[in-house]
Amino acid sequence: MNLDFLKPTSGKQASLGVLAVVLVSLAALPSWYEGYGITLLTEIMKFVILTVAWVMFSGPSGYMSLATAAFYGLGFYIAAVLSGEIPFLVIIIAAGVSGFVVALIVGALTLRLRGIYFCIFTFGLVLLIDQVVREVEQVLSGTRGRFVDTQPTEIVYLAMYGVCVLTILVAWLFKRSRHGLALMSIGQNEEAAAHGGVNVVRTKVLVFALSAVFMAMAGAVIATRRSYVDPGVAFSLNQTFLPVLMALFGGMHNLVGPVIGAVIFTFLRERLLTSFPEVFMLIFGAVLIAAILFLPNGIVGLIQQVWHKIREGKTGARSPA
Amino acid sequence: MVALRDIVIAGLLLGGIYALVAVGMSLQYGVARVLNVAHGEFIMVGAFITFWLFVNIKLSPLLSILITGPFMFIVGFVLHKTLFRRLMRASLSLDAFEGKSLLATFGLLYVVQNIAIMIWGSDVEGYSYMVTSITAAKIPVNRLVALAFVVFLAAALYVFLGRTHMGKAIRASAQDPTVAALMGVNIDNVLAICFGLGLAMAAIAGSLLSLVYQSITTGMGLMYTVYAMIVVVLGGLGSITGSLVGGLILGFVSAIVTHYKPSMIMIAFYAIFVLLLLVRPKGLMGK
Repeated sequence: MNLDFLKPTSGKQASLGVLAVVLVSLAALPSWYEGYGITLLTEIMKFVILTVAWVMFSGPSGYMSLATAAFYGLGFYIAAVLSGEIPFLVIIIAAGVSGFVVALIVGALTLRLRGIYFCIFTFGLVLLIDQVVREVEQVLSGTRGRFVDTQPTEIVYLAMYGVCVLTILVAWLFKRSRHGLALMSIGQNEEAAAHGGVNVVRTKVLVFALSAVFMAMAGAVIATRRSYVDPGVAFSLNQTFLPVLMALFGGMHNLVGPVIGAVIFTFLRERLLTSFPEVFMLIFGAVLIAAILFLPNGIVGLIQQVWHKIREGKTGARSPA
Repeated sequence: MVALRDIVIAGLLLGGIYALVAVGMSLQYGVARVLNVAHGEFIMVGAFITFWLFVNIKLSPLLSILITGPFMFIVGFVLHKTLFRRLMRASLSLDAFEGKSLLATFGLLYVVQNIAIMIWGSDVEGYSYMVTSITAAKIPVNRLVALAFVVFLAAALYVFLGRTHMGKAIRASAQDPTVAALMGVNIDNVLAICFGLGLAMAAIAGSLLSLVYQSITTGMGLMYTVYAMIVVVLGGLGSITGSLVGGLILGFVSAIVTHYKPSMIMIAFYAIFVLLLLVRPKGLMGK
């Protein structure tokens, strides 16, 4: 996905043209191509959504949320429960709304807490909602999982594509809005932001809830690809940690980084998962640690660094002459 | 009455084990500033090494503590000296280090779990050792022995932190690493020792857990990580006494809930957690 238009480059028109071509061809892809690529792209877009939504809140505010899997799983489960009579679009919206409401409650409870407490609370939240769902399922239906009416692959792809474009668009608009700046000022110095007239708690809670909408929607879309759903699948902690690592891997200073990070990491993960299922976690874990150690500014930061070096090298070579 | 007695014994035992795990996590977070998401994985490894030694060479689980503890200490020490030390140098602020080290431990979780699955598979395993009960009271011996061990370990740790030179250095580093370093504490070593001690305690807790509950799986770690986090927050982040007390409280809660409805444990813990964060976010013994 090309997002160069986010940077103030001189060739803005050309970039916009390229972007339009990419967007249209991605949308039209299922009409002339079918196969594994569609599934892979759906998975990639899922992680782009989760990563961009995570960065929307945690990037500027500095509050590291580990609740992504909770909202994703919630959407996943809501889609599983509602599937059948109700139109797909309504299910996705319902998932988004419920993600918003739950995040609002959780945020109001916890966003007065600082740093690491928030981290721990949101981490435990995933397991809590998982347990609650299991308990409710036990009592209501006496089963562990559910059967879902699956949607055709290309419908899932298009829905994911729609949510993905929406997420990036909202994240982009949000970043430039008043609230985006307010959230950034909270991240830099919360007291100063409060003195500057920012309603600190309200801003944090609302943005947290907004980011949860997209996470829940992504969960709802992907749920319709499976015929059977249980809480273990819905609330996997991968959905919490991978977006954070993808954001870190890509770099969080702009929106391009998280998107690139999500694309590269998901692709790598799928490849490893299919080629080396036995040692997949081992390799992937080592890659994660290496990325944290050696790419402090993400891959975009690295590219910028290298670019600077090359340019400096050029000017350095010219200056003596 | 029998129910009450069982709850008290289970509560003390579970409380002791949770406290052990939580003190380990507390040393790692409170001193070394690493919130270890993989903590529970090392409990799992401790449990499986104990199981493996018992099945293959008939080594008593109580003796294998002498292997799992020191082994994990070395693993933790080396991990800190290599991975976390490097991360700390590269991080601009303590907040940045906390975030990055948390993510690095997630990578560690993947690695450790994969290695464990490669060696031991993902089935439920278990062994029986000292399951006979004392005739009059019908209490399984293994529970009593494990309980005695936990009490002994807690006392030893208390003496270590309170009385020895290294213990004082650790407490000083927890309060203020910069000043502690100025006073001649070798801060690099202290942090690595704390991280190692944390892993050692997790592994010992795992050995005891495998002795008490005869069913262990390679996926068991995560639950304990979350329990430990809740205990650590309950006691106050970084407070070792707090973790001991918090562990005991949570142990009793879990013994009571397990007696009536085992599936509600997580929900009960979380209710306590939310209440605590609303009423006293610093924790019971937090400053």
